[in-house]
Amino acid sequence: MSAEPVLSVRDLVVEIPTRGGLLRPVDRVSYDIGAGEILGVVGESGAGKSMTGNAVIGLLDRPARITSGEIWLNGERIDQLSMRELRKRRGKQIGMVFQDPLTSLNPLIPIGQQLTETIREHLPVTAAEARQRAIRSLEEVGIPAAAERIDSYPFEFSGGMRQRVVIALALCAEPSLVIADEPTTALDVSVQAQIIALLKRLCRERGTAVMLVTHDMGVIAETADRVAVMYAGRLAELGPVREVLTEPHHPYTSGLMGSTPLASKGQPRLHQIPGSMPRLGALPDGCAFNPRCPKAQDKCRQNPEPRIGPADPRAACWFPLGETA
Amino acid sequence: MSLVSIQNLTRVFDVSKPWLNRVIERLPKRYLTAVSDVSFDIPAKTTYALVGESGSGKSTIGKMVVGLLPPSEGGVTINGIDLAIETDDDKIESVRSDIQMIFQDPYASLNPRWRVRDIIQEPVVARGGKATGLAERLLEQVGLTASDADKFPHEFSGGQRQRICVARALASEPKLIVCDEPTSALDVSVQAQVLNLMSDLKDEFGLTYLFISHDLTVVQHMADRIGVLYLGRLVEEASPDALFDAPQHPYTQMLLEAAPRMDGFGREVEPPKGEIPDPIDPPSGCAFHPRCPMAVAKCSAERPALKTVGESRVACWVAQGDT
Ligand SMILES: Nc1ncnc2c1ncn2[C@@H]1O[C@H](COP(=O)(O)OP(=O)(O)OP(=O)(O)O)[C@@H](O)[C@H]1O
Ligand SMILES: Nc1ncnc2c1ncn2[C@@H]1O[C@H](COP(=O)(O)OP(=O)(O)OP(=O)(O)O)[C@@H](O)[C@H]1O
Ligand code: SF4
Ligand SMILES: [Mg+2]
Ligand SMILES: [Mg+2]
Repeated sequence: MSAEPVLSVRDLVVEIPTRGGLLRPVDRVSYDIGAGEILGVVGESGAGKSMTGNAVIGLLDRPARITSGEIWLNGERIDQLSMRELRKRRGKQIGMVFQDPLTSLNPLIPIGQQLTETIREHLPVTAAEARQRAIRSLEEVGIPAAAERIDSYPFEFSGGMRQRVVIALALCAEPSLVIADEPTTALDVSVQAQIIALLKRLCRERGTAVMLVTHDMGVIAETADRVAVMYAGRLAELGPVREVLTEPHHPYTSGLMGSTPLASKGQPRLHQIPGSMPRLGALPDGCAFNPRCPKAQDKCRQNPEPRIGPADPRAACWFPLGETA
Repeated sequence: MSLVSIQNLTRVFDVSKPWLNRVIERLPKRYLTAVSDVSFDIPAKTTYALVGESGSGKSTIGKMVVGLLPPSEGGVTINGIDLAIETDDDKIESVRSDIQMIFQDPYASLNPRWRVRDIIQEPVVARGGKATGLAERLLEQVGLTASDADKFPHEFSGGQRQRICVARALASEPKLIVCDEPTSALDVSVQAQVLNLMSDLKDEFGLTYLFISHDLTVVQHMADRIGVLYLGRLVEEASPDALFDAPQHPYTQMLLEAAPRMDGFGREVEPPKGEIPDPIDPPSGCAFHPRCPMAVAKCSAERPALKTVGESRVACWVAQGDT
């Protein structure tokens, strides 16, 4: 058996009470991330990717809240901790990288000060040691002339350089888990390649567990070890990245992969999934994907799809592809 | 014959600080060359794609082609008429109605207080044309229903809104549609629907597209010819097959190498060097030379012109074999 996972999420449910009724942006989601492993989370806009990550770090915006399920970090249950306790875990045990680097950086404080404050909050070091560490972590993420630029403000950096600073900030207290939500979506291809390579290298060297949220299948393929495909708040498929992307078991994963230009190479038309993802307030009965699914049968319209998790089948589907019925 | 012909197109923006600041801080005027000496043709009924990273000048070229922005130098002729110098109002009007534009953000580009019918008919009504039943017919053509004409934009998803934008663009029966990142805000599955629609309409109406995108896989699928921009300059132009199988310009090679691949499991890329330089003060000679692994002395001294190499056009001394 492998070692205990760094992060373990079980049957997580996030609910939002609204005038129209109770919405479930995260519906019975279970997954593990091991040390040194990168879990990719993909899905269309509104599928619940960010909510899943934010629930783990206790960053849900009201009125969204966790209503059931468990979250374990390094063997400790954290979903019931107070906000204050959770804030301590953030930074020390969990680092965060978001799409917009400016959400993680204070525009009015030099980057070096932000780094040393985070380091000193979580590690027992002197101010001078913290500054040395801050310079080293900026060097590690590839900021040229780090010792000179440490007193610069965030606005003095380009978008790509800012995201490097955010990564330095996320990793400076040596957390065991990093949650990166669309870290390269706002960046150009060449800078994206730099940032992804950086994230991969640092996490591999330190054995950090990473949850990488993105809608870019290419980034997932090149970066993740395993992938979780989300649809309408639920996990549609969870498994090793190569297997899920090349031989999907869930018809949604298959449709998603098929609709990319690469999959239809040489053909005049792209493969289409009919319709669009339903809004949370208007989910169909049974399997959430059934109205768009080419394989749907009565069973799918009448019964919620089977649940998946680390020990369960790969696809939340009554009639998974690639398996003889 | 080419429907669109773009010659030595250049656009310079004045990005100086306000006059008073300049005087007090003793700053010189500052100019940014967003598009520099770009020339290409678009034959009728074909799709020409412009690719390049953020700030490379794609949208600025698009705006000059539709006449939203005057060029600083050079020009755009459409059907032999250059809008910037033409004086005959009838001719200007006829060219104007031949061109439409579709933007990236289907949310921002639809007036939220207008009904879909009025949005779609607007380009026709604004020219005093008759529009009875037009919106209904176009809605069905783009895969929505006639009854959607009475609804407001907020009642539609992102993909459906982009279909409405396409319907509006078709209303004046244009010959050329400039599409600026038409699917960048959409999910892949919705993107597939919109791209298919655009291909179908092109065949049906004999449309010509100038298709702007930073997504190489989308461009490969849609384009008949692709132009690659770097810092406002056209550095390579080729057919999709030639460009993807044998890119000639080191920048194109870098871009293709860096783009994540859906079949690139465990691929370790050597990430590209450096970042895009400040466009206000671009590098001398070939603007790519500080990041280029092939650069020779000539590259920083002289700017290479776009020249035919095989089936492609390339602006690189090394690719031209002229070092
Ligand atoms: N306050 C709220 N009231 C109602 N619905 C909400 C609220 N906040 C979020 N949602 C819904 O929760 C769902 C999950 O959102 P989430 O941000 O996790 O999606 P995502 O997969 O990260 O999408 P994206 O790719 O666009 O970032 C969405 O359908 C969203 O509309
Ligand atoms: N009105 C303007 N005033 C000053 N500078 C401008 C203006 N419009 C564009 N620019 C500058 O011109 C350059 C080219 O911009 P443009 O919008 O054409 O790029 P783009 O290739 O469309 O980029 P993106 O992929 O980000 O849309 C950029 O450096 C931009 O900052
Ligand atoms: S001209 Fe020189 S610097 Fe420019 S791309 Fe070619 S080899 Fe590189
Ligand atoms: Mg999100
Ligand atoms: Mg643009």
